[in-house]
Amino acid sequence: MKAITWQGRHHVEVSEVEAPSIVNDRDIVVEITSTAICGSDLHLYDGFIPTMQKGDILGHEFMGRVVEKGKAVHNLEVGDRVVVPFNIACGKCYFCEQTLTSLCDNSNPNAVVAEKVYGQSGSGLFGYSHMFGGYAGGQAEYVRVPFADVGPLKVPDDLEDEQVLFLSDILPTGYMAAENCQIREGDIVAVWGCGPVGQFAIKSALLLGAKHVIAIDRIPDRLQLAATDERVTALHSDKTDIQEALLELTGGRGPDSCIDAVGMEAHGTSLGALYDQAKTAAYLATDRPHVLRQAIQACRKGGTLSIPGVYGGFVDKLPLGAAFSKGLTFRMGQTHVHRYMGKLLDLIREEKIDPRFIITHRASLADGPALYETFRTKTDHCLKVIMHP
Amino acid sequence: METTYQARPELESSGQPAERKNIGSLERILSVALGAVALLEGIRRGGLPGVVGSLGGSALLYRGASGHCGIYERLGINRCHGNRASLLSRDGIEVFETITINRSPEEVYRYWKDFQNLPKFMKHLSRVDVREDGITHWVVTGPAGKTIEWNARIIAELPNELIAWETLPGGDVESKGSVRFEAAPGGRGTILKVLFMIRPPYGKLGLLAARLFRKAPEEQLKEDLRRLRQLLEAGEVATAER
Repeated sequence: MKAITWQGRHHVEVSEVEAPSIVNDRDIVVEITSTAICGSDLHLYDGFIPTMQKGDILGHEFMGRVVEKGKAVHNLEVGDRVVVPFNIACGKCYFCEQTLTSLCDNSNPNAVVAEKVYGQSGSGLFGYSHMFGGYAGGQAEYVRVPFADVGPLKVPDDLEDEQVLFLSDILPTGYMAAENCQIREGDIVAVWGCGPVGQFAIKSALLLGAKHVIAIDRIPDRLQLAATDERVTALHSDKTDIQEALLELTGGRGPDSCIDAVGMEAHGTSLGALYDQAKTAAYLATDRPHVLRQAIQACRKGGTLSIPGVYGGFVDKLPLGAAFSKGLTFRMGQTHVHRYMGKLLDLIREEKIDPRFIITHRASLADGPALYETFRTKTDHCLKVIMHP
Repeated sequence: METTYQARPELESSGQPAERKNIGSLERILSVALGAVALLEGIRRGGLPGVVGSLGGSALLYRGASGHCGIYERLGINRCHGNRASLLSRDGIEVFETITINRSPEEVYRYWKDFQNLPKFMKHLSRVDVREDGITHWVVTGPAGKTIEWNARIIAELPNELIAWETLPGGDVESKGSVRFEAAPGGRGTILKVLFMIRPPYGKLGLLAARLFRKAPEEQLKEDLRRLRQLLEAGEVATAER
């Protein structure tokens, strides 16, 4: 089958690889109908995530039809249409039982590697390096999905792929980021980063009762898109004193909660052997330290900092003193996709949110490598790329 | 009296104070090496400097060989902690790991007690045969494909709490240890504690070589216990195979 494979820094290819099959009884094999490139795929593309190997299949936002199922899968039939969460969760461990599925104890066969870097390992991920399990990703024609009785969400045929594909990752990510803000009626939420996750975080914050959202970015397109809702004010981070503007817009108080949907651009070299890589732990330094710093500085006393943006390693010069003095709450982490999929599917059905507005590019797998570059450089007004294998 | 936590309290070396080890492995090796040089030099030189050298050398040699330093003891220094596997220890290697499994102690105990299940999660364990007299026969595939075999018997057993064993003489390996099953607080299931001492088959140098080129015993055990948890909780061992 065809699949997009990692071949090194700024180098992905469409390769001919072996198609997957059932390995464990709780597996299914999905024929992929739609798949997307994620902002976090760019970290892989830029060569900043250690433990990648040439030939690794990328992609963790995907959906399609069940073509094969293991003996222990009874909730799905061959032919069912499913969206698959980007994290792999067993459903039966301490964390899964509390729907903290991104922290699954049992789904990372290389847990020892992640443990060396982070203390303990979270769940395995599709297509996101060997530290997170080495699972083949979904920018391909077929994919093996473990624990299929827990993960995949069956979706009805009257909703098209583009309406539901983002349930796999970025819509729940934006929603969880907003939920983590603990928004109360009348709150003002500031969102740094108007990429796909930021756009969904803004919409979710409004759905959850925010009176007003302040969207911050450097790219006019993205700010414009965010500000189509009259309850959103856009701030251009290169042209505005953000701290001053936020105080002015909030009666001198600062935003009640701040969402960092930018994350950290990881810097560092890719390391060699799988096990040793994690032990030495690449030094990941933030490319834009001012986002977190700004958010801490701006947030009102007793407010909340919500961090959906991916951070990998260590941060320099974090103003923990400011955070301490103001009694801030930090909430963060990989999205517990399973927890939100059902609820968000309902919201889509009720037309309270239409995720399609972020799609700017549609292509086949063959165009994938070129579009990785387009997405990375944000040219051609690129915001979100969807591919149909 | 130690008030800070020390792992592996059961296998702490007991014995007379004078025999208690308080020097770390690397230092012991250096002590022996330096001591030997000093002693030989002392003998060669002769005279007063030679005597001094010999005495000093002998002291260093003794200290390195025995692992006990009188001066350290006076000063309350103990550098023997934190050696996860003390290669020069008389008792062999101590291995301890713990994991919390989201199943009841009864369920975990039942699974472990059926020794046929052990090869399902213990990577290097090829086979366990249970004989009628309660003796078990173990086959492990070691480094370089060699098989290692031994017989063992259970020396203590408390249902849902403890299984303790020791190897019988004549096998390739000498080992004794225990598995404890404790109810985890807050409904978290079972805390499993595996503790054993093992004297390796190829002698100490062989083990050093083995350690350099493959995972240490504790890391191997941790991986095995992770697979056990996957089997008991998720029903299968996680794999990224296609």
